[in-house]
Amino acid sequence: MNFVPSELPYSASYAVVMFMFAAEAAFVFLFICLFFIFRFYIVVKTGRNHRPGTKGPVSVLVVAGSGGHTSEILRLMEHLSAAYAPRHYVIADTDRMSEEKISTFESSKPQSASETHFIFRIPRSREVHQSWSSTVISTLNALRFSLPLVFRLQPDVVLCNGPGTCVPLCVAGLLLGILGIKKVLIVYVESICRVQTLSLTGKILYLISDYFFVQWPSLRDRYPKSIFLGRIV
Amino acid sequence: MKTVFVTVGTTSFDELIERVTSAEVTQELKSRGYERLVLQVGRGALLPAADSCSHLRLEAFRFKDSIAEDMRRADLVISHAGAGSCLEALGAGRPLLVVVNDRLMNNHQLELAAQLHADGHLLYCTCSTLTGTLRDMDLSALQPFQPGQPKNFANFLDKALGVK
Repeated sequence: MNFVPSELPYSASYAVVMFMFAAEAAFVFLFICLFFIFRFYIVVKTGRNHRPGTKGPVSVLVVAGSGGHTSEILRLMEHLSAAYAPRHYVIADTDRMSEEKISTFESSKPQSASETHFIFRIPRSREVHQSWSSTVISTLNALRFSLPLVFRLQPDVVLCNGPGTCVPLCVAGLLLGILGIKKVLIVYVESICRVQTLSLTGKILYLISDYFFVQWPSLRDRYPKSIFLGRIV
Repeated sequence: MKTVFVTVGTTSFDELIERVTSAEVTQELKSRGYERLVLQVGRGALLPAADSCSHLRLEAFRFKDSIAEDMRRADLVISHAGAGSCLEALGAGRPLLVVVNDRLMNNHQLELAAQLHADGHLLYCTCSTLTGTLRDMDLSALQPFQPGQPKNFANFLDKALGVK
């Protein structure tokens, strides 16, 4: 059936064709958005049903922010069994001290450290006191490195505790789940420094993490989805 | 030799270093029986010369790979409100006095020091109230600090993830 009336002038029929094309494109775009939203909802809601430990070793991507964050995350990992391997540590490119702390920590482990742990560097999402407009750019830059890294490593778990560096990595992990490639569990432990308020990273990841730990009762009361085991560092 | 160890972590806190080496404060420390004062000044501009104090034996440095030994030998730790410094001093079982830097705006690290103070684990003051606090402090009233338990985290995760 011919939808374009032949009596219309050329410019009008052209406009109708363009409109139909645009409408189709809009529908496809809307469909993709709805698909993503649906998949996002499924991935976030069903996270806790996923139990990678039943199938063998659990690979972990550990985000080591600078200074206190690295010390806290290594303390958290002190009692993780050998089943958590390989351990991929990701540090910000401007961080000098974390690599040494990690190597010291790993060398105290009984089994061959060279086979079960690896260290990667990505650009920092945001420096302390960095302006918000430039933060968008630096975060996108960090994402550019995070996506291929996470897509390549496909960890069972991303473990992080606060630095902005972890947001692009967690988003990449979430994306792997949304696309149906692999379910990546996001485990977030808010720093012990946070007693009354969550960090900005914490507020963002509270929405998408599978296991969200806080270390003080005042936070547990304010964030019902959080897990409270007391002080764990 | 009763020792006071002052630490500012990786920050600079010249006001504290100046206050704690003043005649007023060092006299107060001496009258409480302290004989040695060790200063870790971090990035501060002020690095007092050794033995520049008449009342106490003075030592000063910027950074060390580890201040665990200095912590261990201290009878009193005076620290900035940084979480790492506080937890290290409490973990070493040392009586701790935290001096808050009221020149730092919106310092979220105060949350931890304030909570630990509320729980009775440390004493709390500013540079201007340092002398008075040292004079009136009762270190025996401080509550012992139990270290955190990362084992609980590991156990939880094992159960949740189905790790054997």
